[in-house]
Amino acid sequence: MAFNIYDFTTLTHDIHVGLAESFSPVLATTIEWVIVGVVYLLFVALFGLFLVYAERKVCAAFQQRLGPTRVGPWGLLQTIADFIKLLMKELIMPRKADRFLYNLAPFIVIIASFLAIAVLPFAPGLQSLDFDIGVFYLTAVSSVGVIGILLAGWSSNNKYSLIGAMRSGAQILSYELSVSLSLLTMVVFAGTMQFSAIVEGQRDAWFIFSGHIPAVIAFVVFLIAGTAETNRGPFDLAEAESELVAGFHTEYSGIKFAMFFLAEYINLFIVSAVAATVFLGGWMPLHFGNFESFNHVMDFIPPVMWFFMKVLGVIFVIMWFKWTFPRLRVDQILTLEWKYLLPINLVNILLMALVVLTKFHF
Amino acid sequence: MKSFIEYITSIFKGVWTLLIGMKVTGKYVFTPWKHVTHSYPENRDTLVMFERFRGEVIMPHDANNEHKCTGCGICELNCPNGSIEIISKSIVTPEGKKKRLIDQHIYHLGMCTLCNLCVKACPTGAIVMGQNFEHAVWDRAKLTKVLNQPGSKISEGVKE
Amino acid sequence: MSEIKEVIVKTDRLATDKYQVNMGPQHPSTHGVLRLLVTLEGEKVLNVQPHTGYIHSGIEKMCEAISYPQIIHLTDRMDYLSAHMSNEAVALCVENALQIEVPDRVKYIRTIMDELTRLASHQLWWCVYGMDLGALTTFFYGLRDRELILDIFEETCGARMTVSYSTPGGLMFDIHPNFQKRVKDYIKYFKTKLPEYDQLLSGNVIMRERTEGIGYLTLEEAIDFGVTGPSGRASGFSCDVRKHQPYSAYPFVKFNEILDHRCDSLARYEVRIKEMWESISIIEQLIDNIPEGDYAVKMKGVLKLPEGEFYQRAESARGEFGVFIVSDGKKNPYRVKFRSPGFSNLFALNNMAKGHKIADLVAIMSTLDLIIPDIDR
Repeated sequence: MAFNIYDFTTLTHDIHVGLAESFSPVLATTIEWVIVGVVYLLFVALFGLFLVYAERKVCAAFQQRLGPTRVGPWGLLQTIADFIKLLMKELIMPRKADRFLYNLAPFIVIIASFLAIAVLPFAPGLQSLDFDIGVFYLTAVSSVGVIGILLAGWSSNNKYSLIGAMRSGAQILSYELSVSLSLLTMVVFAGTMQFSAIVEGQRDAWFIFSGHIPAVIAFVVFLIAGTAETNRGPFDLAEAESELVAGFHTEYSGIKFAMFFLAEYINLFIVSAVAATVFLGGWMPLHFGNFESFNHVMDFIPPVMWFFMKVLGVIFVIMWFKWTFPRLRVDQILTLEWKYLLPINLVNILLMALVVLTKFHF
Repeated sequence: MKSFIEYITSIFKGVWTLLIGMKVTGKYVFTPWKHVTHSYPENRDTLVMFERFRGEVIMPHDANNEHKCTGCGICELNCPNGSIEIISKSIVTPEGKKKRLIDQHIYHLGMCTLCNLCVKACPTGAIVMGQNFEHAVWDRAKLTKVLNQPGSKISEGVKE
Repeated sequence: MSEIKEVIVKTDRLATDKYQVNMGPQHPSTHGVLRLLVTLEGEKVLNVQPHTGYIHSGIEKMCEAISYPQIIHLTDRMDYLSAHMSNEAVALCVENALQIEVPDRVKYIRTIMDELTRLASHQLWWCVYGMDLGALTTFFYGLRDRELILDIFEETCGARMTVSYSTPGGLMFDIHPNFQKRVKDYIKYFKTKLPEYDQLLSGNVIMRERTEGIGYLTLEEAIDFGVTGPSGRASGFSCDVRKHQPYSAYPFVKFNEILDHRCDSLARYEVRIKEMWESISIIEQLIDNIPEGDYAVKMKGVLKLPEGEFYQRAESARGEFGVFIVSDGKKNPYRVKFRSPGFSNLFALNNMAKGHKIADLVAIMSTLDLIIPDIDR
């Protein structure tokens, strides 16, 4: 097995060949599924925990605080301690809750996140689903999560939860449009919907540079709409603490609450990863035209590192939004989408089409 | 057309105000060493409270285990919550005079609102406010304290 | 099938039910244990009915059992953010009843303390207001600045919030030797931080959208409900006790009564921000001119007020705070009544919030700057 940090194609291929030789085809495929599933599960759990820790530290820095410092060095084990606490907590269910839907809702939310994470290319060869309609698939599955939120709000039999879920439904359905349209803008530019091909197209220059004005506008719109899709501040109406206590997950406790919590952070990761892949070149290193030596140094950093650096950068910006802005009201959030982002997006697609037709790009 | 220009300018103005806000928070996030919080239990050794800080009522004793309390009960009268109880005893001095002295100066910290009225009213300055603020105990009974130490007596020269 | 058709024909729009939500007594944004019975139609607020009394502690009744100097430690615990103003009102009331003239030094120090308390209170209001709108970072910026004022209090008064500093006849202590320097340093520091408040929240387009034209309270309604303080002044109600019935050192200083005629949430917000600037200017005028003298008048051991009724008002950070003492000549009052600003302000909430969204209800309530122990007493 040839392990190469710069290209995982051979590694995954070797594993596949090795399994196929030793087992029957059905068993080999099953084992592959299990391996991929476990790897994703582990990655999501660990990265989710890391993101919670990062959020707490970043928010502390914004607020001139220290953040968690007690558990482990610099509080690194804090989220693990929190997770253990959530695991051990009693699961309390409201008496008149719709039992089946109440238990189903967190799973729908988290499964939707898992579905979306499958198409993301982490590094060359490190991608489990490489569709030729990757972007389409992603926008499709990322809207499944709202069903879980609506179910959670409805089945909890709590008025706060219901208001939160209704808000969330209106919000996510609207912002789905902006996310898709801004991605469509980049699909027009890239000429493909396949994530690996989109990344490959950015070998010379990231799309945000080569696509200049329309790409930048699409990036900003995607960031705003993506923040709204993840239900994060300033668009956290669904769980607006000062109004709705905790919104749609008011009645959830213990591990079910942890699932909502984790799904929120996975969604944050997905939005950032898509932004990084489509606009910032995915795992492609930063290259500047003809500076050979500079490009060489950049090539030295492994693609996985590049990917995560970009993702964390976008996550930081989204956290910056959250810890700076007041929350919007529900009608304002729809005004922003339908009166501002949607027209801008439509004009932007036209602009992008013109740019592509006239080849006015780098 | 005019409304269209207004629409465009409103977008840019709005984004500009948001950027100003992000500048303020950005200024702090990139200087995380300038935090304003203290790591409290770690800095216990260096933590100095202000001299007037009202943490609890204490009765200072000198090296000879002597205090200044005459047991007059003015603090008990001045206390709005009844957190002070004076139990006095009568002794007969060698000259044959009967004298009232303090037996126990009982102080209920759990009831005290630290208003300073007892300290202000004390004619001999026997009780003062202490700076200790870590009063958490497992047993509520421990919050009832006897301020005069066992075996202590009133120091010489305190005006009765 | 025909039945369903009939129903559709009958209702020309989607029929929605009204429903009631109990906001509080355990709710993150009611700042304590206020309970609001909110009638909603979707997200629209139809009616708000405040229910008070969840933290009623019987302070007025307790005052009847204790002597006049002891009352101040209870007033600390009513409106804990403007503790010094309540202290001062009681002290002034007793002094007026006994016809005692306190030295100028006491007046100056009391006024400086008043304004520092007002600054601290408005800072806390600002950060909580930001939090109710969803901007969580404001909370820590406000607390950061307020903490330094509390340090000044702690050094001079010995306590951070429940100061018990003004007593009948003067002050509990003289000011600490560091007091003037600290206050001047603080004013210098806070002048650099206050513009940040504007940059972070006041200018923000989201915040403007959330407050402009929201929570309209007309001048007539403000007067009818007795809405005083910054909330009343934002409706154009000139109700500043410091201007109309000056007490302590307010006759000696120049300051403006901040009035705004826009009557909405933004007006109430900006009145408070401007009041912070006024407080800074008042402190600057006084801090270098504190006259020498005694910090308290020598009082009798047991205070006995002459028989009669005495009323004293003072401007707390939330509005007009009144103390009404009925004395029967004994050492403890026959009856004490506090006119707390929060109680009157709260009941204007229904008129302000009707027709707005539930999110605005929280924002409007927050502009009133309610302190629940001040409402319930």
